[in-house]
Amino acid sequence: MSQASHIVAKSPRAFWTIKRRDQVAGTLFIAPQLIGIIVFVLIPLGLVFWYSLHEWNVLANSFKFVGSANYKMLLADPALPEVLTATGIFSAGLVIFNMSLALLIAVLLNQKLWGIVVFRTLFFSPVVVSLVAWTIVWSFLLQNNGGINAVLQTMGIEGPNWLRNPGTAMFSIIVVQVFKNVGLNMILFLAALQGVPKELYEAARVDGASAFKQFRRITLPLISPTILLTSIITIVGSLQVFAQIAVLTQGGPGMSTTVLVYYLYQQAFQFHFFGYGATLSIMLFIIVAVLTFAQWQLRKRIVFYEN
Amino acid sequence: MKIDMSIRTRTMLYGLMCVLLIPFVFPTWWMVTSSVKPISDIFAFPPDFLPRTYEWSTYQRVFELQPFAQQYWNSGYIAAIVTAGTMIVSSLAGYAFARIRFPGADAIFMVVLLGLLIPAEVTIVPLFQMFNQWGMINTHWPLILVPVFGAPSVFSTFIMRQFFIALPIELEEAARVDGLGRFTIFRKIALPLAKPALSAVAIFTFLHSWNLFLEPIVFISTPEMFTLPQALTQFTDAYGGAMWNIQLAAATLTALPVLIVFIVAQKQFVEGLAHTGLKG
Repeated sequence: MSQASHIVAKSPRAFWTIKRRDQVAGTLFIAPQLIGIIVFVLIPLGLVFWYSLHEWNVLANSFKFVGSANYKMLLADPALPEVLTATGIFSAGLVIFNMSLALLIAVLLNQKLWGIVVFRTLFFSPVVVSLVAWTIVWSFLLQNNGGINAVLQTMGIEGPNWLRNPGTAMFSIIVVQVFKNVGLNMILFLAALQGVPKELYEAARVDGASAFKQFRRITLPLISPTILLTSIITIVGSLQVFAQIAVLTQGGPGMSTTVLVYYLYQQAFQFHFFGYGATLSIMLFIIVAVLTFAQWQLRKRIVFYEN
Repeated sequence: MKIDMSIRTRTMLYGLMCVLLIPFVFPTWWMVTSSVKPISDIFAFPPDFLPRTYEWSTYQRVFELQPFAQQYWNSGYIAAIVTAGTMIVSSLAGYAFARIRFPGADAIFMVVLLGLLIPAEVTIVPLFQMFNQWGMINTHWPLILVPVFGAPSVFSTFIMRQFFIALPIELEEAARVDGLGRFTIFRKIALPLAKPALSAVAIFTFLHSWNLFLEPIVFISTPEMFTLPQALTQFTDAYGGAMWNIQLAAATLTALPVLIVFIVAQKQFVEGLAHTGLKG
């Protein structure tokens, strides 16, 4: 005992060991982010689940525990198949179109051509144009008497009323969104393409492999981690589409473009069914979680190369 | 890749790129030129690539119909605070996750990463209720607090962490031997080296805040408090029809400054995005 008090008396700084100081510093550094996640993500996530067990109409000011009633209502909701179909078509169409266009442009931009930076800048430029401004311009172009149909008419083609026709409305939204953001994936692909060692292509050429075969057997496997990462970001992002639909179609015609987030917004903030809106939020959360998990599992199987 | 390309291949590549460029460039061109067209010319056939007459009064009408200058300021100051705030929060957290080993750090990192899994749309109903109880509905607080501390900043924290992990540690260890504290090392040594990652974070965060749409229309209800994306959708006549040329003038005012900054600084933009933790 006398020995212990002797040490403390001799070295008052001994309490602040490196370990303790790291503990304090680490906690303080992380605190703003951690508290933010607890307050603005984890507690709301718990509340969403709690709300989903209640019938809550803000206008009628009613808040009543109903157990799984909202979930039963969800499964019986005649709109649900339409909403899920619209969400599925949008996400699948967006990811496929976005990834293939991004890869095509990235391959083109990877060629040694004079003035390639100008092309890169122009392909990327919609990314920095305000989303709603971009969508408004396209809404103007896609009107029945708008710019696209005018151009088609000069070629003798009678264009459809893009945004009011159930067959073309969703397609139009996908196209608008792809051109807006494909630049991001394009840049990531370009960086990945530039990371592929040149010697591999030289060796393949010596062996007489065609350009297509080189792309298929060298380029694609080597950039597969990037393809997977960007597809995760793109799919999760596609589930959040809202502004484009609010500006272009308001979910119509019929319910053909009512994706999950738009339906959630309508139920919670237009019809004031907070309990049901919360139930839809839970479904959105599960879909995002399952997709992300599935893709991380896939990563282990199909990705050939990682540094 | 190929060392020699025939003139024919080159011409084909240039031609292909020019055709592909149309949907990327044409809308912006159309937005700017149509914003000064009289409404009668705006749906002219065949379409005019340059305005026949210039009607600059559309820009005046933008400011008459809505408190547009105020809305511009709202969007600008919110984006500035969110960007600065996110850079501080994310670089601190990213640095600690990369460099400071202490019990519980890994568990906390997993918890924070949950933010990537839970888009703001999932929690919008309870967030509305929380801010309602705090008396913050129809204020800008939700548009600032949630992005800086909540789920949107997690992506930035992840970028910062990846960057700091890849940074050589020797300099910082030498500083520790000299007895410098963690915060001093972070601020004086690590942070100045993290400029590429910080600029990527700044660009992403600014664009995210500048484009925010669902949150403003949920939280904000009076025109003086609107942000730009919300305000852009409000240029309609008494019957709800769009006032196209005025709307396009407002869209031009919203899009053009950012576009010009981008073109001037495109190298930093593109390379900042390409060379950060995004590569996984």
